Formats: sequence, C-alpha cells, structure tokens
Amino acid sequence: MKFSSLFHNKKKKSKSGNEEQDYDLYIENYDDYVREDFLVDRKKPNNGKQLMFLTYVFVAVFVAMMGYTVYYQAVKSPEVINSSYNKRQNVLSDKVVRGKILSNKKEVLAETQVAWDGTETRYYPYGDVFAHVVGYSAKGKSGIESNANFTLLRSNAFLLERAKNMLQGEKNIGDNVVTTLDLSLQKTAYNALGNYRGAIIVMEPETGKILTMVSKPDFDPNAMESSWDSLVADTSGESRLLNRATHGVYPPGSTFKIITTLAYIRQNKDINFYQYDCTGSITKDNVTINCYHNSVHGTIDLKTSFAKSCNSSFTNMGLNMDKKKFSKTCNDLLFNQKLSLPFSYKQSSVSISEDSDTDEVMQTAIGQGKTQMTPLHMAMITSAIANKGTLMKPYLVDSVENYEGTVIKEYSPKKSCTIMSDTEAETLKELMRAAVTEGTASKLSTSTYTAYGKTGSAEFNDEKGKSHSWFTGFAEANGKTVVATIIVEGAGSGSECAVPIAGKLFSEYFTNE
Amino acid sequence: MIDLLIELSKYIYIIMIGMYTYFSFRIFSKRDEDAKNLLCLKQKVLLFLMHFMMNFIIFMKTDSMELIIFYLAQVVFFAALPALYSAIYPKSSKLLVNNMCMLLMIGLVMLSRLDFDKSVRQFEIAVLSGVITMFIPYLIKKLTFLKDLTYFYAGAGIILLAIVFIVGQVTYGAKLSFEIAGVGIQPSEFVKIIYVFFVASMLCKSKEFYQVVQTSIFAGIHVIILVLSKDLGSALIFFIAYLFMLYVATHKILYLGAGTLLGCVAAVGAYFMFNHVRVRVLAFTDPFSVIDNEGYQVTQSLFAIGTGGWFGMGLYQGCPKLIPVVEEDFIFSAISEELGLLFALCVILICLSCFVMFIHIAMQIKDEFHCLCATGLACVVAFQTFLTIGGAVKFIPSTGVTLPLISYGGSSCFSTMIIFAIIQGIYICQKTKTSGKRKKEVS
Repeated sequence: MKFSSLFHNKKKKSKSGNEEQDYDLYIENYDDYVREDFLVDRKKPNNGKQLMFLTYVFVAVFVAMMGYTVYYQAVKSPEVINSSYNKRQNVLSDKVVRGKILSNKKEVLAETQVAWDGTETRYYPYGDVFAHVVGYSAKGKSGIESNANFTLLRSNAFLLERAKNMLQGEKNIGDNVVTTLDLSLQKTAYNALGNYRGAIIVMEPETGKILTMVSKPDFDPNAMESSWDSLVADTSGESRLLNRATHGVYPPGSTFKIITTLAYIRQNKDINFYQYDCTGSITKDNVTINCYHNSVHGTIDLKTSFAKSCNSSFTNMGLNMDKKKFSKTCNDLLFNQKLSLPFSYKQSSVSISEDSDTDEVMQTAIGQGKTQMTPLHMAMITSAIANKGTLMKPYLVDSVENYEGTVIKEYSPKKSCTIMSDTEAETLKELMRAAVTEGTASKLSTSTYTAYGKTGSAEFNDEKGKSHSWFTGFAEANGKTVVATIIVEGAGSGSECAVPIAGKLFSEYFTNE
Repeated sequence: MIDLLIELSKYIYIIMIGMYTYFSFRIFSKRDEDAKNLLCLKQKVLLFLMHFMMNFIIFMKTDSMELIIFYLAQVVFFAALPALYSAIYPKSSKLLVNNMCMLLMIGLVMLSRLDFDKSVRQFEIAVLSGVITMFIPYLIKKLTFLKDLTYFYAGAGIILLAIVFIVGQVTYGAKLSFEIAGVGIQPSEFVKIIYVFFVASMLCKSKEFYQVVQTSIFAGIHVIILVLSKDLGSALIFFIAYLFMLYVATHKILYLGAGTLLGCVAAVGAYFMFNHVRVRVLAFTDPFSVIDNEGYQVTQSLFAIGTGGWFGMGLYQGCPKLIPVVEEDFIFSAISEELGLLFALCVILICLSCFVMFIHIAMQIKDEFHCLCATGLACVVAFQTFLTIGGAVKFIPSTGVTLPLISYGGSSCFSTMIIFAIIQGIYICQKTKTSGKRKKEVS
C-alpha cells in the first residue's frame, strides 16, 4: 500500500516534470508496481480483505491441527502406544534385549537371560512372590511387564555403543524399570498371607507409591509355558491369574463403615450428640440386621459404634440419612467412578440411590448387599484419610534408567484429587484410632508406632458364619506414614486374621527404615 | 550396517525437508526474481538428494533391479517436468512446480516402500497427468469462454455424481467410483474442479440475492448427492469450498456465518440420521473402546505416529502395513511412523505453502472468474489435506479422503495435478496481462 501510494505520488508529480524519466522509473519499479497496483485498481475485484481472512482461517486450522499432533506425541502417545494392541512392540523386541524390572532398592525382580546361542529367557528370581504385580512376559503379558512393555524395549544406552551394536547387527540392551515395590515388605506380606486366598496392598499415603501388592493364589511366572493351559482352564475355580488386589471385587463389610461415617458426618453437623441403644439387632420393614455374633453393645456414641463396629448402630445411621446425599458421598469416594490409574483395575460399585428400598439402605450402610470394591480402592480411601483428605495417585513405576543406571525418566508423586476435607479426615482418623485403642483392632496397640484402622468381616454368600477378613488402616512413626489394606478370603473376622497381618507389615516397615 | 545407515539417514531427511520447507516460505518475502530462482534451485537440489538417499535405502532393503530403473525414470520425470514448465511457460511459478514434485516424490517413495506395484502405477499416472496438464495453462489463456459455461459445469457435475450414486461401486461403505474399460475412476475428484468453475462463473456474473440462491441450490444438489453416496469427505470439501467462494465473492460475512451454522445443523442431523456417521464419530471420540472394529484404523494410525516418535523408526523399521488402507487415507501415518513426526509436520507445512501460494495468486488476479477459481481450488486442496491428516491424527473424525499428490490413487493424483496446472495457467494469464499492459503504456 505504502509503495503504491508513493509511486502514484510520483506519477502525479510527473505531469509537471520530465515524463520520459518517469517512465524509466516506472519500468524500474515495475515488479513492485504489479505487486501493489491491484490494491488501487478499480477493475480488480476488491476482495483482498476476504482472501486474507480466508488465509487466516485455514492457517489457524492447520496450526491447531499441528499443535494437537505435537501435543499427542509429547503427552499422550507414551500411554497410547503401550497398549497391548500395538503390535509394533514385537518389532522392537527383535532389536532390543528386554530391560530389567527392579525393586525400589534395585534388587532384580525380572530380567532377561541370554544364552550362548542367543535364546532369551525371562527370569523372575522371586518366582511367585511378585507374580501378579510384576506380571509375566510369555504367553502374553501382564502387570508391569505389560504396562512398561514399551519402556523395557527401548534402549537409551550410550549413543556410540548403540551405533556399534547396530553396525555389528547385535541387540541393544533395553532400559530398566525401577519400581516402587519393596522386596522385604512384599516378602513379609506374601508369607503373612500364608495359604489363604486374598490380597494385600501397602502404600505410602504422602506419595502414592505402592510398596507391596500381593495376590493369592498365585503362579510361577518362570513356568508360564508349561502351566499356561491349566492356569487358563482354571478347573478348580481359583482364578490364579487374577490380581485380586486390583481386580478382585469383594463386599467391603464393616470397612465400608468408614464411608457410612463420612456420609453421616457430612449430613449431621453435631456428631457428638449421636447416641444409639444397641440390643444386638435392628429391624425395619421386616429386614433384620444383626451385630457380629449378636453382641449387645448397649448405649453407645459414634466413636464406640465405630470402634466396636456395631452393625445395628450403623444401620440406624443409614436409615436416618438422605439417600441422595449418601450416594453422592459414595461417588465422591470414587465408587462407580474411574480411578484414573496408570495400570488396569476393576471399578468398585455401590448401588445406593434415591430409589433404594429399606433393605438396600440397611445392607449398604454396613458394606453388604450389592456393594463391591477392590482392595486397591479401599487402600486409596484409607490413604486419603491418612493424608489430610488428599488422594495421591497410586503408582508402581518410580523411574526408568538405562542399563548402566543413568536415569532417563523419573516419575514424581502426583495429586489425584481431594476426596474429603482436612477436618473430615481428622475425624475419621480419631475414630480409626479408637478402633485400635478400644475396639476391634486392639492387637495393633504398640509403642513402636501409632496405628489407625477399621476391621471388617464381610459375608460373601448366603452361608452364615463364613466371612472375608478385612483390615484397612495406617500407622505413623518418626514422621512417616504407611497404609495397609488386607483381605483374607473366608478367614473369619477382621480382628482375628487380617489385623495380625497388618501388625507384621507395620513393624516390618518401621524396623526396616 | 544397513540398519545404521537407516538410523542416520532419517535425521538427514528431517534436516533436508526442514530446509526445503523453510525455503518454500522464505520465497514469499523475496521480491527479486534471481533470489527466488536461487531458492527454487536449492529446493530442487534438496529434492534430488532426498530422492536418491531414500531410494538407495529401499534398494539396499529390496535388492530389486527394477527399482533402479524405476528410480532413474523418476529422476528423468522430476528433472523434465520443471524444465518443460519453465521452457513452455517462462512465467510459471517455480515454487508451485517444486512443491508439486516434492509431494509427488514423497508419495512415490512411501509407496515404493509399502507396495512397489502401486508405486509404479502411481508413477505412470503422474507421468500421463504431467503430459496432459502441460497443455492446461495454455488452454486457460486461450479459452476465454470458460467463464460462460456455467450451466454446462453444473449439469456435467451433477450427472457424473448421479451416475456414481446409481451404478457406483461400494468401497469401504461409500460409493466412490465406477469402472470404464477396466480403469476405476473416482469422478468426485474431477467434479470438484468443474464445480469450482461453476460457482465461480455464477458468482462473477452477479452477486444479487437471487443469483446466490440459484447457486446455492445447485451447490446443494452436489453436496446432497455426495452425502447420499456416503462420500462424506467430498461432501464436506464441496460445502466448505462453496462457503468460502461465496464469502470472497460477496464480501458478506453473514453468508459465511449462516452457512457454517447450517453446516453444523446438517452435521448433527447426519449424526442422528446415518449410522455410518455415528460409527465414524464413535471411532473418533473413543477409538479404544471399539479397537477391534470401528476404531481399529484410527488406533493403528495413532500407534504408528506414537511409536515412530519425533524422528521416526527409519524406512522399513516400522509396521505401517498394519494400518488398513495405509496407501490411501492413512499415508500420513506411515510417513510419520517411518520418517518421523517432524518430517510429517514439514509435509503439512509444504501443503500449507501451496495454499498460501494459491491465495497469493488469487489476490493478484484482476479477472474475477479466475480469482474465484483460484480461491475455490485453494480451499478444495487445503481442506482435503486437513481432512485426511486431521483424521489420521484423530484431530477430527476420519472421513476417508486422500492426501493430495501423496496418497495412492490415480483420480486423486490426476485431479490435483490438473488443479496445480489451472492455478499455473491463471498465474501466467495474469502475468502476461500485466506485462501486456506495460507494453501498451510504454509504447
């Protein structure tokens, strides 16, 4: 525009000046003239503005698309390409020797041994102990072997070394995955569970690091080729391949009273006035709920109800609550929700709603009925209580390093969400402490640490008297906190079986530190 | 040894295409013809270097003697095409010719790697199209009656699309093509050109409301036939091209706004009316939930791009063939997997450079018919590029259109070369007119 107006000024001037000289100028600047003259030419469709707008629209759309692609590559792709549907992983394994899986103190949990003839075998030194959490890598993949598959098949070895290997047609050595798993704690948990079926999770509430994840019955990941058929056939119905810690859904039983209590606290400001006269059972609309072993607890407040795990009192609370708000509290605590974890899990469910009948309300209040949850989910709720209401995202992979130990990538603790307020967490903590000092978890009273918890005896079928033994809780000492969630299938009451296991785990954790 | 070469060469490709892309934008800021020519020359050098290196790798991997002959034939083609253009049409845009060759080259290399026979077939079509389209700029200049064939365009376009709708063969659920003497033709690729001519000739005559309504009706018929043939990608391209041409011709943002609104309503309507639209949307919103069926293609494409990473796996190091119809709709993912996302982003930028050049040309033209044609064709090519790449990276639902000049497909390649030639013709026309004017003024 500038140029043309300048030019036209000259042209006007030329009328009084030397015309020939001006034509020279005109020819000299001809290219610029051609470029600019359309802006002032009357005949030219005057749509420069529209064309510019059109250009901006398309450029913006293209830039947005490129931005999205870059975002996908930088942020989302690591998770996407790790999918077991991505067959490209097999191509990598022809070029890279699968890396090791290490414990939090760098003990080897899984490694690939290469024989003189180049045959590779995946070896798990601790066999069954880490079976589910570390997983297997023959006949498909599971656990960390599956989740970190891509990382294990990438080599970040020294560049020249990789070039040398490529030149000689040799395989590069894949990166190692350092997990959050603690060897001694895992062994303790594994042994403590004995021959029972069940699951144990130990995690740090302040970071979300999972220290222990045991599931029984188990299998030997070293012998997948030979045992695969019988594991899959599962004629005895043991579901050995199932990781019960993340995928086993159980009725939570009395451990669910933590959730009922929270819902009750949220609906009743002054909980100190709560009082209930327990006669050993409660009946409404022809539905009767009994206290465990029909114990009669007498006149009790909220604290005692919780500590003694009084079914009648909690059923009473449930009946006096707004069903919609109760359901909302459950959802706040991630029931019927996705947990957004970096590994696979099963969703927990609770079926309370506005339309629930009396039976459903009564059963739900004490963790029976249609309520189903995973030990992992229970551990997450407990860890939020131990961490002032904030749930840290549970994770298993702490860092990735190349085979020489140089750190390639570190995963730092991430906040998942705040599922309850600080004061709510504090109240629940007090109640869980009472269960230890004067209630069902009294076996955890010790001077080495301060324990908090809730026991549960969950009836799992119509057969009376048989129940899963639950414990979920945490312990504090020397400024450190650790959460443990235990379920022992069909082992009876929580205090008999699960609580002593928790005791072993807590003392192992604190003596080891 | 070869693995190491592949590993190293992938970085070199990225550097070279990066430079090429930079030049293809730098050229817009140069006014001096010599400087422009120098940049174009550098681009040509880069093109031949890359072409050689890539084919060398393919040869090392395949040991095919046919490839050597094929490579040499390509070299002759890529040397002859620009040379002939500048010899016959000295005023033609070298940047456009270069970009066209570059995109063709990338396409041929990727096709050689994926499916040698398809690559040869594509090359044959490219050569044929190159020869035929060489006459187009001349015709554009000579055939001054082109702007008066208004209803002929509309009639021909609608009849062709209707024939496909009635007797067309079903490919991937959509009716796209029919066969003449054993050759499959996808008419919508060519109809989009005459459709642009139709809209341009209508709107350059009059911009009265009545004329706009009339044009809209005919444009609408095109779009509706395409929707009924389930060729949603083309329907969208036709629709968007019309909207922007209308806006550029009438200057009324209201038309653009109303059109966009109508488009949104139609899209929602289509979602509820047609099952295949819902399937596409589902595959877009949550492809992993339907990974075995509807989402298979998109997830494979995402795996390819993600696994390739920024620098790619290197030629022959990935598994692009796992993606269904990779040679056509998803060639972008194959490029990204083996040559790297950075390379693929440069390809997008080269396409964008073509678009900017098209518009740049449209802005200089005095003849309104030509101006609108250039605008419409620019929209067609750019939007088609957007649809195919956006679908591959899951930015938008996949619509199943080809990447101009790169994807395998005779009709697509031919029609895109025609478009490039028309734009060249318009560009040359304009340059000759202005220099004609100059002569007049001088004398």
